[in-house]
Amino acid sequence: MARDMSDKEILKMELEQLQKEVKNTREPVSKTAKEICEWVEAQSAEDPLIKGVPEDKNPFKEKGGCIIT
Amino acid sequence: MCDQTFLAITFGPCDNCSQNKPLMNIYLKNEPINYCSLCVELMACQGLAKGETIHTLKAESETLKGKLEEERAKLHDVELHQVAEKIEALGQFVMKTRRTLKGHGNKVLCMDWCRDKRRIVSSSQDGKVIVWDAYTTNKEHAVTMPCTWVMACAYAPSGCAVACGGLDNKCSVYPLSLDKNENLAAKKKSVAMHTNYLSSCSFTNSDMQILTSSGDGTCALWDVESGQLLQSFHGHSADVLSLNLAPSETGNTFVSGGCDKKANVWDMRSGQNVQSFETHESDINSVKYYPSGDAFATGSDDATCRLYDLRADREVAIYSKESIIFGASSVDFSLSGRLLFAGYNDYTINVWDVLKGTRVAILFGHENRVSTVRVSPDGTAFCSGSWDNTLRIWA
Repeated sequence: MARDMSDKEILKMELEQLQKEVKNTREPVSKTAKEICEWVEAQSAEDPLIKGVPEDKNPFKEKGGCIIT
Repeated sequence: MCDQTFLAITFGPCDNCSQNKPLMNIYLKNEPINYCSLCVELMACQGLAKGETIHTLKAESETLKGKLEEERAKLHDVELHQVAEKIEALGQFVMKTRRTLKGHGNKVLCMDWCRDKRRIVSSSQDGKVIVWDAYTTNKEHAVTMPCTWVMACAYAPSGCAVACGGLDNKCSVYPLSLDKNENLAAKKKSVAMHTNYLSSCSFTNSDMQILTSSGDGTCALWDVESGQLLQSFHGHSADVLSLNLAPSETGNTFVSGGCDKKANVWDMRSGQNVQSFETHESDINSVKYYPSGDAFATGSDDATCRLYDLRADREVAIYSKESIIFGASSVDFSLSGRLLFAGYNDYTINVWDVLKGTRVAILFGHENRVSTVRVSPDGTAFCSGSWDNTLRIWA
């Protein structure tokens, strides 16, 4: 596959790819960054690793506790 | 008197361009042809399109790359951490090892969580693939693969099978049975066939299809039942080390990273490379989609992790420190995407604040390279596997 291709073929492949990519539509970072931040903030409230889980509810935090199967 | 050798040169009109030039007497198909040296060169280059040589291709490639950079830079009006300044900083992190899973005889190379948030499959250099119950640390199943260096393993969405592969160049699926006495190896199904080692595998949303990446530079989508190749993805110019599927809501794409320092985003149905990012300075060891599906993170041998925004089509954050000089082998996000867990070759796990770009914690505990890091499906804990033969669950 990639190992069997000559340098010229690899370059041709990359060139075609670049030609395609230049045409992609893009949005400004200010808009996308803001959306990422908003999404994270909305989700953070429910993220157990951020808000923490009370010792008795977390199955991992209990060491040697009873697990009813 | 010196001995001199004289070369007789015929001079006359060239058969091709009709100019009076020194001619090269060559034979084509046993016919003598008199072409001038220029025409001989042109003829030899006919395999290439007009004017194409490696140099012209390279030059064109460079100009396109420059143009792409320019387009991307136009939209780079603000940094992610600037937008994130107003967000509250995270509190102190207290994360400890809650479980240590011992049982592998050699380096743990890969692991995956089951959707029941409780079971884990892990694979190691000694060829063993073990399914553990993370709550009790019991081993539920163990399979010995016929090859060593099982670099990839994945749990099926239903929880009824695991897929693994490595130096055998194949990806095999083992159905897990509840009967502990049953020999799992007997039911093995070989699904994928590559021409080089299997570096990563993942089930798509069902048990029926598997996506694989390989040292042969390609990724491929396979049908589990028939073993048929459904789609192959060409575009990397070196080994592909990692892949990750987009979260189901956002559609049929996946991202792959490889030794050519590139991270490529692919459309699964068409096999097309949709976007490509090349800002890392060394091999990309791990790629992971952001939970919202609009971005992805990468971990690389250049000791940095980076975040790429798919809609802005550029890198938006670098997670690095001067004190970190060892490569990052594996990355994963917490449930909300606020935290990035990265395992490094210096035996530590660094926890980064994704939005602000700062490190919030370093976790020590492993006694050798951390090879894989995965957050559990419900986000309550994460598991790390290491070359010290153990896996640790942190919460």
